[in-house]
Amino acid sequence: MFARPGVLPYNRGKVARQQSYLPDRRPGAGRIMHELSITESVLNLALEKAREANVAKITRINLVTGELSGVVAECIQFYFDIISKDTVADGAELSIRVTPTMLHCDKCDKDFSPTDGRWTCPTCNEIALDIVSGRECYMESLEVE
Amino acid sequence: MSVKVIKVGEDILGANDEQARDNKTRLDGHRILTINIMSSPGAGKTSLIMRTIDHMKDRARIGVIEGDVASSVDADKINEMGIPVIQINTAGGCHLDANMVESALNGLPLESIDLLFIENVGNLICPNAFALGEDARVMIPSVPEGDDKPLKYPAMFADTDVVLLNKTDLAPYVDFDMDAFTSTVTGLNPDVVIFPLSCKTGDGLDDWFTWLDSAVRGKKSK
Repeated sequence: MFARPGVLPYNRGKVARQQSYLPDRRPGAGRIMHELSITESVLNLALEKAREANVAKITRINLVTGELSGVVAECIQFYFDIISKDTVADGAELSIRVTPTMLHCDKCDKDFSPTDGRWTCPTCNEIALDIVSGRECYMESLEVE
Repeated sequence: MSVKVIKVGEDILGANDEQARDNKTRLDGHRILTINIMSSPGAGKTSLIMRTIDHMKDRARIGVIEGDVASSVDADKINEMGIPVIQINTAGGCHLDANMVESALNGLPLESIDLLFIENVGNLICPNAFALGEDARVMIPSVPEGDDKPLKYPAMFADTDVVLLNKTDLAPYVDFDMDAFTSTVTGLNPDVVIFPLSCKTGDGLDDWFTWLDSAVRGKKSK
């Protein structure tokens, strides 16, 4: 079946390519930022919950994002305003509560929050730690009419 | 109209995690060991994959998913080696997600693959936040990037299973403190396995091959 073992027929001399993940309706053609894919997840989850509760309008979405989730709040609102057009979430305000990174030093058995991005323990100055919080990225609640 | 509050309490990336679990179930069904490879651009992800293909191709059937912002440069190289490969272009996106991988899986002959490499987009910031359905995460930092990378991008290093420190052949020309690097990485991630190696000279590759070979066999016998 194959010309060479392990080579797909469609693959001969040409690499199969996935279509790019960029629907035309999106702003800034040629650019998908990290925050846009997160924003789409926010919108989809909000719309799903609104459908389940049979609500006509979402006025506010309360999010909690940890510092380590890598989400830039301003970008989320910017994208949200664009992609939520013509949905029940159109015009909804996003409220984003950012939770700080909290680490646990295994040697000192103490929790600490890293200062200026350095993950070294302020007591023993070493790195032997667990991430206690800061990765979270969830939707707390929706305010609806 | 009165305002009502609906409690949600759900992970925003829950949909991605769900798709990643579906991918994992599908790959498990075929007993394919799946490796998510992450690094900064230019650290040597594709070189490492090619070196590994060279060594492993007679003992495991390999497939590759290439993630890049644009181009099929990497996939073309893999294709020339006679390995099934799918290129995903993210068109500006900085990471692969589980949906992209799912559609790539649809284009691969899963029934005749034992080992699947997913080469993520070169980026040390966010790919770790997106599960793809992999068995193991492999990070490839490289010596010329400096020994401080784990300090600067701690979350990525905390989330990986294996660290392949590439380009050790350049160590004489740059200031790279191996002890500092190792203690930072193991401090962030005590269970991590670190293999210093050079794709250029081949030094240290054998330890990685041995680890991978045993992981492939482990998956087959499950």
